[in-house]
Amino acid sequence: MKLLHAFLAFAVGALMTVAPARAVDLSIVSGDTGNGIKVLREILDRYEKQSGNKVSIVQMPPSTTDQFGQYKLWLAAGNTDIDVYQTDVIWAPQLAAQLVDLTEATKDVVGAHFPSIIQSQTVNGKLVALPIFTDAPALYYRKDLLDKYGAKVPTTWKELADTAKLVMDKERAAGNKDIWGFVFQGNAYEGLSCDALEWVMSNGGGEIIEPDGTISINNPKAAAALDMVKGWIGTISPPGVLAYQEEESRGVWQTGNAVFMRNWPYAYALGNSENSPIKGKFDVAPLPAGTGEGARPVATLGGWNLAVSKYSKHQDAAIELVKFIASPEMQKYRTLRTSNLPTIQALYDDADIAKEQPIIPRWKEVFLNAAPRPSATVRVKYNEASSQFWTAVHKTLSGEGSAADNLADLEVTLTKLKGSTW
Amino acid sequence: MVKTKTISETDAPVARRPRSRLMRQRVRSAWLFLTPMLLVLAAVAGWPLIRTVYFSFTDASLSDLDARQWVGFANYFSMLSLPSGRRIYDGLLVDPVWWRAVWNTALFTAASVTCETILGMIVALVLNAEFRGRGIVRAAILIPWAIPTIVSAKMWQWMLNDQFGIINVVLLNLGLISSKIAWTASADTAMVAVLIVDIWKTTPFMTLLILAALQMLPREIIEVAKLDGASPWQVFWWVTLPLIRPAVMVAVIFRALDALRIFDLIYVLTPNNVHTKSMSVFARENLFEFDKFAYGSAASTLLFLILALLTISYIRVARISLDGGR
Repeated sequence: MKLLHAFLAFAVGALMTVAPARAVDLSIVSGDTGNGIKVLREILDRYEKQSGNKVSIVQMPPSTTDQFGQYKLWLAAGNTDIDVYQTDVIWAPQLAAQLVDLTEATKDVVGAHFPSIIQSQTVNGKLVALPIFTDAPALYYRKDLLDKYGAKVPTTWKELADTAKLVMDKERAAGNKDIWGFVFQGNAYEGLSCDALEWVMSNGGGEIIEPDGTISINNPKAAAALDMVKGWIGTISPPGVLAYQEEESRGVWQTGNAVFMRNWPYAYALGNSENSPIKGKFDVAPLPAGTGEGARPVATLGGWNLAVSKYSKHQDAAIELVKFIASPEMQKYRTLRTSNLPTIQALYDDADIAKEQPIIPRWKEVFLNAAPRPSATVRVKYNEASSQFWTAVHKTLSGEGSAADNLADLEVTLTKLKGSTW
Repeated sequence: MVKTKTISETDAPVARRPRSRLMRQRVRSAWLFLTPMLLVLAAVAGWPLIRTVYFSFTDASLSDLDARQWVGFANYFSMLSLPSGRRIYDGLLVDPVWWRAVWNTALFTAASVTCETILGMIVALVLNAEFRGRGIVRAAILIPWAIPTIVSAKMWQWMLNDQFGIINVVLLNLGLISSKIAWTASADTAMVAVLIVDIWKTTPFMTLLILAALQMLPREIIEVAKLDGASPWQVFWWVTLPLIRPAVMVAVIFRALDALRIFDLIYVLTPNNVHTKSMSVFARENLFEFDKFAYGSAASTLLFLILALLTISYIRVARISLDGGR
């Protein structure tokens, strides 16, 4: 009885504090790397205080491939439990049919974002997701080690391999036997498609599938790029890199066991966090270029957005929440905490951000030149095309068949997948 | 129960009609008790199965399930004749990725079930012997089986990690390997890694079933064999093994069915590796990741057929009866 009274008192008290009658419970689903989920919770706490609504996070694994399968299933089943989805930049054309059109609700705020990102989330004139941060990878390098051996920051992949080998060999000779030259994302998943697009495109090997729908991947320059990477496995990169996603490569890097790393900007803030062994010992540069004609540095465009499910019971509140998280104030907060790249143009000139996360203003240029994956061209078949691409790359890197053979096979399977049109 | 028995047993001539009425009654109540279970089975197993088979004959897409159209066997096999006279074959039955998955699954099943049966037998024989603390050891050996697969797969993923994993550290320190092995990444070791984890996890299951069979054995037979001067190996091979064979056969089929639909372990450990992709992983990928719901349904249907076929032929060949005895 006492318990019941206590409970009633508590319930009445709770009701009185949450004054607005329209308060609703929302769910947001997200899979994020590093401290992304923690920062999202902090942002949501502020939202709860301001709106009186409650928001719970449904947490997913960080692999974008894993998330997509689950979201697709939930959406197909008309799941009403999830109101807001955190979506990858490549998903818009594949999920558009089941997401709410945000065009009308966000017309007052979209102008502040980069037009190209808004464009990437617009399908058939319908804005299906509002960007919260964008991504363009960086080459992380150990400043202290490069200085120690008088090496300079590489601008081509060849230089990177040479420098990595030099530093790694000397460090190992000096007793640092766990050190490796270069870590990246080599697991067979979407991340490998990103990495491989950079190798191929920076070597002048095309965009896998060109914007006009042509399948261009079967060419000598693309094969040369993959052969080059094959040569890294076991020499400057640990053989295990073929099972690494973002967090595994950051694991090797942040424990001080790699000279170079290819990763997204989130690793910058984490590398400089309080307990990091490499705090203050590293810096970032744009990814290197290939050699020969058409070679230039290329960064694959990533980024995450928020979309509202068509099956949400509280669509208005959900849209409000999306706008809150994507607002300049919250993007600034996120950037300060995670070094994610904001999608609001003005934040690249923000003094606080420049001071706390010096990578950001420097990254505007890289981001503006970033290459999108062919998701807009390939549309609903993108996942399968990407899976065929990463499989061909993974096979090449693990030594099954030559790059030329695997790319020739890839051209056949992609052509079959394409059919009459993408 | 006791009452019905006395009636039917004592009064034979009069029992004829009451017995058939009794039988009818029994059959009725049997159905009554079975109906809820059958309904639940039909709802959770029958209906999804029928839907899956149905979807495999359509061009359904997850984005809009209602727009599906009947396409016959196209997902399984289709042939297109080009004007030039060349023929193009398409469909699951000619898909090399699917057959690769079938091969992987078969290899995994054969290797894992064999190892688990042999290891399970050894452990069961040890546990069958009398020694102090047997109860605790028996309970302890079940722990891997009790841990949810996802948890043990994640745990092993870290232990097998090439840079930080304890397996590599131990092997290096023992001098068994000269450099760190990328267990889940390399084509040569990915399947081995999956097998190690599966054997570690499911051997206790085999042990448990075989141990149960061992405990049922009449001790006298073994005593007699020993008195006749049979060596321990002879006792095992000619006495123990034939007696526990039916139980082992049932255990093997349970394990084999389980292994043929292996999904979670591979999905966590080596999700997209072509060397370990199983039939279930292939089906899931097509169902939910690619825009090929119907194709994935076809793969699921084939998986079901393969499982059914194997089970039936195994039962025939091994002449086992699942309701006990032979």
